[in-house]
Amino acid sequence: MAEDLISDLKVIVFQLNQKEYAIPVSQVRSIEKIIHITRVPHVNPFVKGVINLRGVVTPLLDLRVRFGMEEQSYSDSTRVIIVGDEEKEAGLIVDGANDVIDIPSSMIEPAPEVVGIAAEGFIKGVANLHRRLLILIDLDKILLSDVRKAL
Amino acid sequence: MELNQYLEVFIEESREHLQSLNEQLLELEKNPGNLSIINEIFRSAHTLKGMSATMGYEDLASLTHQMENVLDAIRNNRLLTTPEIIDVIFMAVDHLEEMVESIAAGGDGKKDVSETVEKLKAIENGETISRSADVEIAAASTLEAPKSAASYDEFELTVLKQSKEQGFGVYEIEIGLRDDCLLKAARVYMVFEVLEKIGEVIKANPSVEQLEEEQFEDEFSVTIITKENPDDIKGKIMKVSEVVKTTVHPVDFSEMNSGVAIKAAEKIIGVDTSKSLDTDARSIITGIETAAVQDSKTSVKQQTNSSKTIRVNIERLDILMNLFEELVIDRGRLEQISKELDNGELTETVERMSRISGDLQNIILNMRMVQVETVFNRFPRMIRQLAKDLNKKINLEIVGAETELDRTVIDEIGDPLVHLLRNSVDHGIESPEVRRSKGKNEEGTIVLRAFHSGNHVFIEIEDDGAGISKEKVLQKAISKGIITEQSAAGFTDKQAYELILSSGFSTAETISDISGRGVGLDVVKNTIESLGGSISIDSKENEGTIFSIQLPLTLSIISVMLVEIQKEKFAIPLSSIIETAIIKDTEILNAHNQKVIDFRGKVVPLLFLKDIFDVPFEGADDHFHSVIIVRKGDKMAGLIVDSFIGQQEVVLKSLGNYLTDVFAISGATILGDGQVALVVDCNALIK
Repeated sequence: MAEDLISDLKVIVFQLNQKEYAIPVSQVRSIEKIIHITRVPHVNPFVKGVINLRGVVTPLLDLRVRFGMEEQSYSDSTRVIIVGDEEKEAGLIVDGANDVIDIPSSMIEPAPEVVGIAAEGFIKGVANLHRRLLILIDLDKILLSDVRKAL
Repeated sequence: MELNQYLEVFIEESREHLQSLNEQLLELEKNPGNLSIINEIFRSAHTLKGMSATMGYEDLASLTHQMENVLDAIRNNRLLTTPEIIDVIFMAVDHLEEMVESIAAGGDGKKDVSETVEKLKAIENGETISRSADVEIAAASTLEAPKSAASYDEFELTVLKQSKEQGFGVYEIEIGLRDDCLLKAARVYMVFEVLEKIGEVIKANPSVEQLEEEQFEDEFSVTIITKENPDDIKGKIMKVSEVVKTTVHPVDFSEMNSGVAIKAAEKIIGVDTSKSLDTDARSIITGIETAAVQDSKTSVKQQTNSSKTIRVNIERLDILMNLFEELVIDRGRLEQISKELDNGELTETVERMSRISGDLQNIILNMRMVQVETVFNRFPRMIRQLAKDLNKKINLEIVGAETELDRTVIDEIGDPLVHLLRNSVDHGIESPEVRRSKGKNEEGTIVLRAFHSGNHVFIEIEDDGAGISKEKVLQKAISKGIITEQSAAGFTDKQAYELILSSGFSTAETISDISGRGVGLDVVKNTIESLGGSISIDSKENEGTIFSIQLPLTLSIISVMLVEIQKEKFAIPLSSIIETAIIKDTEILNAHNQKVIDFRGKVVPLLFLKDIFDVPFEGADDHFHSVIIVRKGDKMAGLIVDSFIGQQEVVLKSLGNYLTDVFAISGATILGDGQVALVVDCNALIK
C-alpha cells in the first residue's frame, strides 16, 4: 500500500452500478467477455460458478453481489476481469471495463468513511481525477473470505 | 554460480547412486563374495566421489573416498565381507544420504562423519595388517582352485563361454605402452575406445579404475569378446600412438575348467595380488586421487550413452498436458464444424488430425507414467533395518516393480506404503521364537506386490505373520469407543479388520517406535481415498494378513459417466458406479422419510441429485427416473438424474485454490464443447 502511494499507479477502470472502480494492472491477468458459466452448488451466492479459461477452471465472482448491490442480468458489455495473486486466481464479473489510466499518487486518498457506498470494506482508497471519482478496490479482501455457504 | 546449473543433476544422480548402493549392498549381504556386486558398488561409490569432489562437497567426497578404500580392499580379496563391515558401509551410506538431502534442501552438505570415517579406517587398516598371512593362504588355495580367485570369476567365465558358443572369439590382449608415455590414462582410454568399437571388454587387468588412475607400470591386459580376427585387433590397437607392444592370444577354457591352471593364469594371480596390495598401500599413504574428476566425467558419459533418457521437469509435462487438452477441445469443435459443412477434404483432414492427436495423447499420458519401482526400491533397506531393530528375521519379496502409475500417484503413495510395511513388520511378523513355537519358518516373509487390472493398479502387502484377531480388534474398538457393544455383534470379519484403519486405534499391546501409536493407519486410509483409491484388509489368524490397495491408473484422466440434471451436466466417476437403471415412480418406496428402491434384493436409499445440488428447476418431472447405483465400500446409494449422456474419458481438473472443499464435488472437467462439468464425489454422498 505504501508503495502504491509513492508513484503513479496504472489501473484498469471498470463500472459497477454507474460508479467507476479501479484495480491495479499488476493484479489483473486478462479481461474476458462472459462465456458459459457452470454453476457450482453450495457456495456463496456471489460465486457464480466456474468457467473454462483456456483450459484452466476458473471461479467467477459477481462483484455486484459481492458488494451487496442489486443483481443484474449479463449483457454484451459485461466483462470478466481475471485477477490473481500467487496462489489464487478468479474472475470478477463487472458491468463493463474499458479504460486503463495512470493515477498520480498524489490524487489517491485513503478510503473515506463518509462515502457510504455498498463496497465498504473492500476499498483501499479513492482517487479524484478531474471530477472523476475512482474507487480503488482491495483485491485481497475480495478474495479472502469463506466461500462456502453454511449448509 | 556456474555450478548451480549442475546442482540439480548432481542431486538427482547422487540419489540414484545412493539407491544403487543400497540395493547392491543388500545383494552383497545375501551373496558375500560376489565380485560383480562389489564392482557395482565400487563403481557407484567412485562416481559419487568424483561428482561431489567436482561440486566441492569435501565431506561427501572424503567419506566416499574412505568407503571406496574399504570396498577396494574387499574387491581385491584383502577383506572378507562380514555383516559388521556391511553395517558400517550402510552407516556411511546413511550419512551420505543425509548430506545429499541437506544439499538438496539448500544446505552445505557438511556433516561430522569422523566417527564413521574412523570405523572405515579401522576396518581397512585392521584387516590390512592381519592380511599378509591371509594372502598366502588365499594364494595357496588359488593354486589349487585357480578358477575361483583367478583372472575370471564364475560370472565372467559364463559370459565368455556363452559368447564363444555364439561364435565370438575370446582374446586376451596384452598391451604395452612406451615407458616415457606421459598421459597413460589417455592412452588407455583410447585403447578402450578402439576395443569397444570392435567388441566387448570383459575384463581388464589391472582393473579399469586402476588403469584410469594410472596405477600400473606400462603394461596391461584386456580380455575381449569380438568377431574380428586377432591380426585386425592388433593392427587397430597399434594405431594408438605410444603403444609399443600388442599381443593377442585366444583364451582357452578347457584347461581352466579341468582345474589345471595354465601358466599365464598362475602368473596373473601372482602379479595381481602383489600389484593390488602395492597400489592399495600407495593409495592409503597418499590418498590423493588426481584423476577422480576426469574419471567421473567419463563414467557419467558412459551412463548417459547407455540409457538414452533425458530428464524433464514434471511441470513442463503438466504444461504440455494442459496445452494438449486445449487441442483436444478445439479438435472437438473442428469435428463439429466439419460435420456441419460436409466438405470431403475438410472431413478427411480433420479425421487425420484426430487420429494423430489420439496417438499424441497416448504418448503424453505414457510419458507421465513411472514404474512403482521408484517407490519400492527404498523398502528393502528399510525392512532390513526394521527387522534388525526388532530382532526379527524378515524376507521382503517385491513382485511387479515394473508396474506403471501416473507420476502424481507415485508421489503420494510412498508414505502410506511405508506405514503399512512398518505395520506388517511390527504387528504382523512375529519374533523368531514365537514363529518357531508355531511351527513356522523363523524367517517371516512380506510380499509387496503390484499389478494392473483394468483401469486400476493394485498394490498388495502380504505377510505370513500373526494375522488379525477379530475378537481383539472388536474389544479394542469397543473400549476405545469407536463402536458400541451392540453393533460389534453384527460385524463381519472384513468390517472388523477395517476398524484398525479408524483413527485412535492401536492393537499392539506395547506402543513402539516403529509403527507408532495407531494414528498411522487412518492416515493411510485417508491418503489412499484422496487419491481416488480404496484399501481393504483380509486376514487369517496365525496365517497372515493382506492389505490390498486399489489405485486409479492416473489421477488426471478418469472415466466418467456424464449425466444431465435439468440443463446442467455432471460427471460421475465410473470407479464408484456399480450399474445404471431406469425405474418407474411406482418402484420408489418410502422408509422413514427416506425414498428407497429394492435393487436386486437389497434396499438402496435414493438421492435426488437435483435437490442435493440445488439445480434450478426448468422442466416437468418424468414418471421414469434414471438411477446410477454407486457404492462406497459395502454401502450403496442410488443417484437419481434426469438422463444419461454417456461414458467418456475426461481430464480431471481442480476448481482452483479459491474454491476448496465444495460439498460433494471433487473437481471439474472440460467437455468437448468447451464447457465445464463438475465431477461428483460419490464418497461424500454416502455416509
